[in-house]
Amino acid sequence: MAAEKQEKPGWKKLTKCDLIIGGGTAKEFKTGGWRSKRPVLIPGKCINCLTCWMYCPDSAIIVKDGKVVGYNYDHCKGCGICWNECPVKGKAIEMVSEKEAKAKEKK
Amino acid sequence: MGKSNIVARTGNEAMAEAMRQINPDVVAAYPITPATEIVQIFASYVADGLVDTEFVPVESEHSAMSACIGSAAAGGRVMTGTSSQGLALMAEMVFIAAGLRLPIVMADVNRTISSPINIHCDHSDTMMIKDSGWIQIFSENAQEGYDNMIQAVRIAEKALVPVIVTTDGFIISHGMERIEILDDAEVKNFVGTYKPENYLLNFDRKITVGAIDLTDYYFEHKRQQIEAMKDSKSIISEVGAEFGKKYGRSYGLLDAYKLDDADIAIVALGSTAGTAKVCVDNMRSKGIKAGLLKPRVFRPFPKDEIADVLKNIKAIAVMDRSDSMNAAEGPLCLEIKAALYDKGVKNILLNYVYGLGGREIGLGDLEKVYNDLAEAVKGKAKDKINYLGVRE
Repeated sequence: MAAEKQEKPGWKKLTKCDLIIGGGTAKEFKTGGWRSKRPVLIPGKCINCLTCWMYCPDSAIIVKDGKVVGYNYDHCKGCGICWNECPVKGKAIEMVSEKEAKAKEKK
Repeated sequence: MGKSNIVARTGNEAMAEAMRQINPDVVAAYPITPATEIVQIFASYVADGLVDTEFVPVESEHSAMSACIGSAAAGGRVMTGTSSQGLALMAEMVFIAAGLRLPIVMADVNRTISSPINIHCDHSDTMMIKDSGWIQIFSENAQEGYDNMIQAVRIAEKALVPVIVTTDGFIISHGMERIEILDDAEVKNFVGTYKPENYLLNFDRKITVGAIDLTDYYFEHKRQQIEAMKDSKSIISEVGAEFGKKYGRSYGLLDAYKLDDADIAIVALGSTAGTAKVCVDNMRSKGIKAGLLKPRVFRPFPKDEIADVLKNIKAIAVMDRSDSMNAAEGPLCLEIKAALYDKGVKNILLNYVYGLGGREIGLGDLEKVYNDLAEAVKGKAKDKINYLGVRE
């Protein structure tokens, strides 16, 4: 990534005490690269109970107008908690291999 | 000169009294011998409404320091007290408090570390965390314990380095002494109001504390911490000088007693330095030029300052109230040797490990050490490392 090639500050210029100044900075730290499996919504099966949204430890379930519309793959670590907690019989979420998902995306 | 009252107090009572006058925002603690009374007495102050402190009785020492870290990060002035096994259990969080640069002040009543199980004084507990990033101030008596606690608040908050103030278990903690207690208003004025630059409860300037710091940033933050420890030397001296100016008892990085013209000298931390001062006077009355060096702070280590005052001493004995289990010198002796090496000083230097597990150290023991030094000056070969007071 380009960001990694940037010159990093020396200790004299760095914010003191390992502090990160400003709120909501976790948004800038993309953790999606850790994922080995990704959640994929099965259209028509989701009852929009939002159980997954409540359980997701990374706030990566995207909800619009009270309905699950997808996942924030920049921050989803692929833990599978959403899939595990999904109360729908047969599950409304499928955990798909990241490799396969990426290969499909390229096509 | 500031107002004060002369009272009789044990070391633990004196430290609790200092805490009452400092009136910290949060104290989180778990009792442990011989430090128990400090937080027990302080808890009674809380119950009696004499302080505004939020007192958090936790379930372990690990939790005590964890609660202190959270409270300090939130923006509070925070204190605790512990000893020995408690400090060992706390150790993980002790390093974290220092790494996060939280100015916590901790009373630490020196006690040995098990096993064999033993509750008495030596410096094994404090030495165990010598590399944790805390400033370590050793007290010679209850008066110094009291004075050091008050100064520690100012030092910690200026340096953004947490401070441990030690007294020697039972010898100071449970011994009753005549001490001067400052007026409440004097202490309140001396410590001032704590105004942290960044803190979690400041919603106008949000921060993240304790973020992960991998190969690309950890070293730089540690380098900052190292620099803060270096900078703390002048802060400790300034605060000690200001305290002296106001209340008549000055403090620096070290206390040199009759060292200027001394031929032989003992180096000792804590209460043993008090015994050694009497011994120095006794030796001097016999015409022997004896002296004493008491490093007040072990962290930061006053390397250059120590080398300067020891460079003209013909024979030096470093007293270690703990052992490094390195099959060599004790921790204090090792660092003093390193300090002298850099100054090219090659005077006679003997190490005496003593007082482990509360083994008594008296005038006779220290007189023996001074006599050893006097003989060494005359050319008699002496063992470099000695175990004083152990049965052979």
